[in-house]
Amino acid sequence: MSALRIEKGSSSHSAYDLRDYHSEVIEKHTLAVLVDNEAGVLARVIGLFSGRGYNIESLTVAEVNHDSHLSRITVVTTGTRDVIEQIKAQVGRIVPVHEVHDLTVEGPSIERELALFKVQGTGNNRIEALRLAEIFRANVVDSTLESFVFEMTGPSEKIDAFADLMRPLGLVETARTGVAALARGGKG
Amino acid sequence: MTRQMTGAKMVVQALKDQGVDTVFGYPGGAVLPIYDEIFQQNDIKHVLVRHEQAALHAAEGYARSTGKVGVALVTSGPGATNAVTGLTDALLDSIPLVVFSGQVPTFMIGTDGFQEADTVGITRPCTKHNWLVKDTDTLSGTIHQAFHVATSGRPGPVLIDLPKDVQFAEGNYTAPAKINVSHYQPRVKASIEEINGIVDLLEKAERPVFYTGGGVINSGTGASQLLRELVDATGFPITSTLMGLGAYPASGKSWLGMLGMHGLYEANMAMHDCDLMINIGARFDDRITGRIQDFSPHSTKIHIDIDPSSINKVIRVDLPVIGDVGHVLEDVLKVWKSRGRKTADTSAWWKQIDEWREVRCLTYKNSDTIIKPQYALQRLQELTKGMDRYITTEVGQHQMWAAQFLGFEDPNRWMTSGGLGTMGYGFPASIGVQMAHPDSLVVNVAGEASWLMNMQEMGTAMQYRLPVKQFILNNERLGMVRQWQQLLHGERYSSSWSEALPDFVKLAEAFGAKGIQCSDPKDLDDAIMEMIEYDGPVIFDCLVEKHENCFPMIPSGKAHNEMLLGDASTEGAIKSDGAVLV
Repeated sequence: MSALRIEKGSSSHSAYDLRDYHSEVIEKHTLAVLVDNEAGVLARVIGLFSGRGYNIESLTVAEVNHDSHLSRITVVTTGTRDVIEQIKAQVGRIVPVHEVHDLTVEGPSIERELALFKVQGTGNNRIEALRLAEIFRANVVDSTLESFVFEMTGPSEKIDAFADLMRPLGLVETARTGVAALARGGKG
Repeated sequence: MTRQMTGAKMVVQALKDQGVDTVFGYPGGAVLPIYDEIFQQNDIKHVLVRHEQAALHAAEGYARSTGKVGVALVTSGPGATNAVTGLTDALLDSIPLVVFSGQVPTFMIGTDGFQEADTVGITRPCTKHNWLVKDTDTLSGTIHQAFHVATSGRPGPVLIDLPKDVQFAEGNYTAPAKINVSHYQPRVKASIEEINGIVDLLEKAERPVFYTGGGVINSGTGASQLLRELVDATGFPITSTLMGLGAYPASGKSWLGMLGMHGLYEANMAMHDCDLMINIGARFDDRITGRIQDFSPHSTKIHIDIDPSSINKVIRVDLPVIGDVGHVLEDVLKVWKSRGRKTADTSAWWKQIDEWREVRCLTYKNSDTIIKPQYALQRLQELTKGMDRYITTEVGQHQMWAAQFLGFEDPNRWMTSGGLGTMGYGFPASIGVQMAHPDSLVVNVAGEASWLMNMQEMGTAMQYRLPVKQFILNNERLGMVRQWQQLLHGERYSSSWSEALPDFVKLAEAFGAKGIQCSDPKDLDDAIMEMIEYDGPVIFDCLVEKHENCFPMIPSGKAHNEMLLGDASTEGAIKSDGAVLV
């Protein structure tokens, strides 16, 4: 609250920290939202994003605490700082939402995604695909004489990179889970 | 203590336990068990409306005029879809409603059954929260939680969808005190740093203005009292949004009048030129701000709001304060007084405001032969101002004139559709108000086009002997639409006249009510008195000037200091970039 020493006639200072409020830079933020695991709760969150014109880059949801019926929704979204602040406030006031965490600004966090890639090919392409899979620590979870299905876990960028490499080698189908994320450190 | 009873009985029991005395509704197949229970008791009065939309607006009028929760009951399918407008209206104006809708039995959900609609899906974006109850044992808890959610934090409408088999089945009823309502507990008190921050700014401001909104009304009559105390103690000028009228009395010496698109010149100019803006329970609606880039460019802005999502949504503020208006005002007053009641010299600011007042922005050209709508409202104000009076309105020019020319001395006396702008709101709302205040004067200031949208409610008014006065400013036009077409669309008046209007006097008589028509300014006072003195519903057909425009006006896309006054040329007033705005 030190920023409260506001000069008269000035709007350039804020009670928040010193940020470039009117920045038009689009940022990507990962939000973790703890919600009651009840019917329709995902529709409420998604409906808010579509209804107010916010972006969803990826979204995952599953129950994480069976006893207290809590689910965790991880949303990767993009927008200016103003829009991200607004998204958090809007999500936060949905009645079954318990907590909203912006993992992108709340300190270091860890993000993982699981992906499955079906790669079709024979000969050198097939050998190259397998070799690259080893480098990326992707597992072969299905194989025929003409195809592999690779399973890979990692940050989204790593999965993007692997997909780029597989494309010329016969990538025919991809399935991705979207991002799951946690803050680093021992605090829950 | 839990008791066994049917779901339908639970609904009635829970309403009693929540202190509900009036329900507005319309029966149908999917709510018959509840209507059966209502039939067999006398504690809760059911008001049969003539259309579900009216049930919602009546409940809004009831809620807004009492500070209590409004309750409505509708059947499945069309009953629920007809309720959508009222739900959205209540959501935008933060009116606490609990709405019960019937639903096909749980085993039929998803089969496109008769009168089935995905009510929770349809109403999800237009309620604060909604529930589909599938198990009678959870019903009483859900109802109590619904009342908690509707009234806590920023109030709003909630809906409970009740499948018919859940209404028939027996289950355990739990009383409100036994229910763990939920984790939903919005913050009401601000931090001491925030309070000190507000007082710091109050002490130093030379050109301050209070900008208050519906949040003050929603916070309760205590909040209005605290606001009056703070305004009078500091001597700062105060303006209000449409929704906040009455929180500070119109006769108060610091009152500038309403601000915004059709607000008063002095109010808008003060907003533009102030050095400290204290927003209390308002939300920087686009009707208020005009062009965002030029909105009050030189001010430090405080925003007190119970809803964190209102902060920085439209206008960046310097000191956001999350909390209930009443709690925050109480703390601000306490701290400001304990620090010695300091304010800077605001006499130069008041001198400037007095100059703006001299513009007399509400001046209009009166006539001896035609009733000007402004004149009609001035006379209504003059003849009713001392009375125990409640005003509702429809939406359009008449609504803005009512806000400009009627003075409100107390909160909860003014019911209007602000956020959604729902034509057809005022008549059913007046019914809801009259149900809550049977001995008061309730006047719906209407336009003839809006009024026709829910005119079926004459039946309700007659059935329950509700002496609501329908004061219709009849210009045979969709006045506000016509005004915009004149300003913006080359005077091409596309579909904005009311053709084939009924004879309102005969219409009143057809329902057994009283009809009065007045077209001569000389007869107006007597006619208004006749309306007031008649013990029963009245349709007052006030034939007014057909082409009157509502001024002042901030054209779309313009700033506060670019207001048009009554004698201004309106040609080309709205530029192409403003034309896309509504």
